[in-house]
Amino acid sequence: MPTTRRQFLSLAGSVTVIPIVTLRPLEATPAMLNTAIRNVVGEAPIRTGKVKLDIPPLVENGNTVPMTVSVASPMTADDYVKSIHIFNEKNPQPNIGNFYLNPSSGRAQVSTRIRLADTQKVVAVARLSDDSFWQVTADIVVTLAACTEEVN
Amino acid sequence: MAALINVPSRAKRGDIIEIRTLTSHIMETGFRRTVDGALVPRDIITSFTCRYNGTEIFRADLFPAIAANPYLSFFTVAKESGKFEFAWIGDNGYSSTASASITVE
Repeated sequence: MPTTRRQFLSLAGSVTVIPIVTLRPLEATPAMLNTAIRNVVGEAPIRTGKVKLDIPPLVENGNTVPMTVSVASPMTADDYVKSIHIFNEKNPQPNIGNFYLNPSSGRAQVSTRIRLADTQKVVAVARLSDDSFWQVTADIVVTLAACTEEVN
Repeated sequence: MAALINVPSRAKRGDIIEIRTLTSHIMETGFRRTVDGALVPRDIITSFTCRYNGTEIFRADLFPAIAANPYLSFFTVAKESGKFEFAWIGDNGYSSTASASITVE
């Protein structure tokens, strides 16, 4: 019996896609990312918003990636950003940096340069003066990884 | 170790000013191996603080995911003339300091 195009397509669609699992022991897992975030935040709920993460969506060299994080906040004595915490998903370690601010910062914005070992998510969490937590996530594609290459 | 500090030399009282710092440091992650397979020990700056006339205005905890020669930029309100003092502390007893002065009108 000749297979019709329709039969072939329905068959092809029903084939289960087997996920390809690669072993990368030197990698933080999303679970480690969550643990690292919970170490800072505790049990408090994290809301999305207020935080802005400026980071290039595609980087050629993961060894130095410019990053700016800012939080929408009036930075007054009763409403300011206490701290900003940056995390990654797949570097060997989930933490990137913690930055502590106060009302005299004037503007809740910090820039630095970071390393990214793989194409991954970067998460910024801000703690406000009322102890609420706000986060933002950015996805970055990295073509040359950092951190784990051989030393010459 | 050399550090580059960028602070405006003059500002109006109440202005929000940007402070940019760059210091030279290898920031060895502790996750790299030599060709022989030996792990290169971690050597990073772990902490940075900035004081404005003695009061801490900014502090950062750094991790191996911070790029070599750590660059940090942050803001503060120009309140009075005086001095900014910067300190970097790291592995293997590393410490370095720098300072910059500002005139506030």
